[in-house]
Amino acid sequence: MANGESEPGTDVPAGGFVQLLTPEGERVDSVTTADGVTYSVDFTDDEYRELYRDLVTVRRLDAEATALQRQGELGIWASLLGQEAAQVGSGRAMRPQDMAFPTYREHGVLYTRGIDPIMPFGLFRGVDQGGWDPVKFKFNTYTIVIGAQTLHATGYAMGITMDGKTGNADGEAVIAYFGDGATSQGDVNEAFVWSGVFHAPIVFFCQNNQYAISEPLERQTRIPLYRRAAGYGFPGVRIDGNDVLASFAVTRAALDQARQGQGPTLIEAYTYRMGAHTSSDDPTRYRIASEVESWKAKDPIARVKAFLVKQQIADDTFFGEVDDSARDLALHLRERVLAMPDPEPISMFDNVYPNGSPEVDAQREQFAAYQASFEGSVH
Amino acid sequence: MAETVTLGKALNHGLRRALENDPKVIIMGEDVGKLGGVFRITDGLQKDFGEDRVIDTPLAESGIVGTAIGLAIRGYRPVCEIQFDGFVFPAFNQIVAQVSKMFYRSLGNVRLPIVIRIPYGGGIGAVEHHSESPEAYFSHTPGLKVVTCANPADAYHMIQQAISSDDPILFFEPKRRYWEKGPVELDAAPDFPLHASRLIREGTDATVLAYGPMVRTALDAASAATDDGRELEVIDLRTLSPLDMGRVYESVRKTGRCVVVHEGPGNLGLGAEIAARVTEECFYSLEAPVLRVTGFDVPYPAARVEEDYLPDLDRVLDAVDRTFGW
Repeated sequence: MANGESEPGTDVPAGGFVQLLTPEGERVDSVTTADGVTYSVDFTDDEYRELYRDLVTVRRLDAEATALQRQGELGIWASLLGQEAAQVGSGRAMRPQDMAFPTYREHGVLYTRGIDPIMPFGLFRGVDQGGWDPVKFKFNTYTIVIGAQTLHATGYAMGITMDGKTGNADGEAVIAYFGDGATSQGDVNEAFVWSGVFHAPIVFFCQNNQYAISEPLERQTRIPLYRRAAGYGFPGVRIDGNDVLASFAVTRAALDQARQGQGPTLIEAYTYRMGAHTSSDDPTRYRIASEVESWKAKDPIARVKAFLVKQQIADDTFFGEVDDSARDLALHLRERVLAMPDPEPISMFDNVYPNGSPEVDAQREQFAAYQASFEGSVH
Repeated sequence: MAETVTLGKALNHGLRRALENDPKVIIMGEDVGKLGGVFRITDGLQKDFGEDRVIDTPLAESGIVGTAIGLAIRGYRPVCEIQFDGFVFPAFNQIVAQVSKMFYRSLGNVRLPIVIRIPYGGGIGAVEHHSESPEAYFSHTPGLKVVTCANPADAYHMIQQAISSDDPILFFEPKRRYWEKGPVELDAAPDFPLHASRLIREGTDATVLAYGPMVRTALDAASAATDDGRELEVIDLRTLSPLDMGRVYESVRKTGRCVVVHEGPGNLGLGAEIAARVTEECFYSLEAPVLRVTGFDVPYPAARVEEDYLPDLDRVLDAVDRTFGW
């Protein structure tokens, strides 16, 4: 069926989407979109099992983070619950040389890049601002101002072209993550313009989780988001964001197009934020329980499990082992988060400028002297 | 052998030298390519260095700075041109929330050696948004450095120093002085630090602090003051963030009087910070409060009245007089 379209009355959005695994766990061999592009995956049994393991693991780590926040160990947490397939599929679709520019919710992508999941916890615990070396990990720092990172991603992609690193299978590409709310930002639209004009090797991966905190998609757009790409001169594809196979297949194809020098693609991963925007949010104020329930039936993990069972690729021993190892990893993560030391107050003066500043230096000294003045005093 | 060139041409020479010296230096902005920029500061550079290194960008200031960040992460050294002072605000978020914080956020892992060039200031008879002095906004933002040149020699050297620095730098260019000429040693290396103020006229009776377009005004005032028998000491601040105050304190301790001049509105402008610091450091040397001669706290007015808005020689001398009346 064109663009994976289903009959009206089902849970597929009007206009359809690319779906390679139904919520019931049925495999769709391939999907050919209205643009004539065919998407498919060719995984071994092992690879299917590992995808399942990824999905379960990132959900379990996310649950641990939510618990840590509720116990006062994190200042805030932005849960990815419900978006595991979009993140694991697109993350696994990246090749080692590819660069990701995340928002603050891409813990699943981070995990698939082989990065220690502890990395963003400094930010959420409040011991730093989320610092790591983006170039080393091929994963930029989390960006909190909505949409700002899409321009950084575009510039980085322009740099790839300028370095002559496109035009073959070993070429580099960039993936920029953002949400449905971000598509209203000027920066995202500028990133689309620039990427189109400069034919940049970039994939815009929009996780449309239906809400920008409390505001539903209808407050951001009158047309399906993927169709916006046409106005900027590059292809747009909508996928079932809860289908890890579609997420992988379409992202892999788009990244490979980009690295070959074929320019940008916009992917709209149609998904749902099962939890709150962050731990500070109360979604019961703006959405009804039945809506959440209807999305539970489209759970990204349950469908993979159903598929593995039907195909006899995995059994209860495997599922139990995956759950156990995810739990162990989560508990280990918890221990390490609890062991994160608070920074020394004086460290706030570090890393303001690469070349330093006499003004900052003077304030550091004054602060140190002020702190020292309390030494030996009793409160 | 010094050549006599305009300030604008000195910048052009400086940019050319930077492009020659480092293949990672790129220039990006609106109309910087074929046209050479609306002020011709990048004239001829695209022709000689190619469209990949002197990039005509889409008309989107946030995009210019935002993509420069990505290019810098990739290892480039972007020099962004914002066409006019009043057009920097669409890029404000990328500058104050991203450029300024990336080094800090990444715990020192990401350097953004980005220079953002902004022609600023009034006096050219322009329409709205073409004559503003927004330097205080950026000086108020930790993580950014802010400099401004006032003569061709500084323009030539400071732009190269800014480009070779790993700090993100806002480089303010006094657009009404683009056509003023002066000697420049084009083959000489810079012999003065980028982030340093400079004593440009010695005097004994009062210290006048100025930067960018107001340096010429301050020097003119100092010349005129000799008619009243007063010798004004003039310091070109050059660096607005960080400020280089040592030289200023030394001068004020000697003269006992201090007047700060800038075009931007007085309220919370550079003059306010400078006055506070001078008061703290030179309190017992001061014969009078530090006075400010600035633009008024109104939107930049229509061109036909801008001469009354802008600090000029007479207003500077009036302020000097008032420091003697205390």
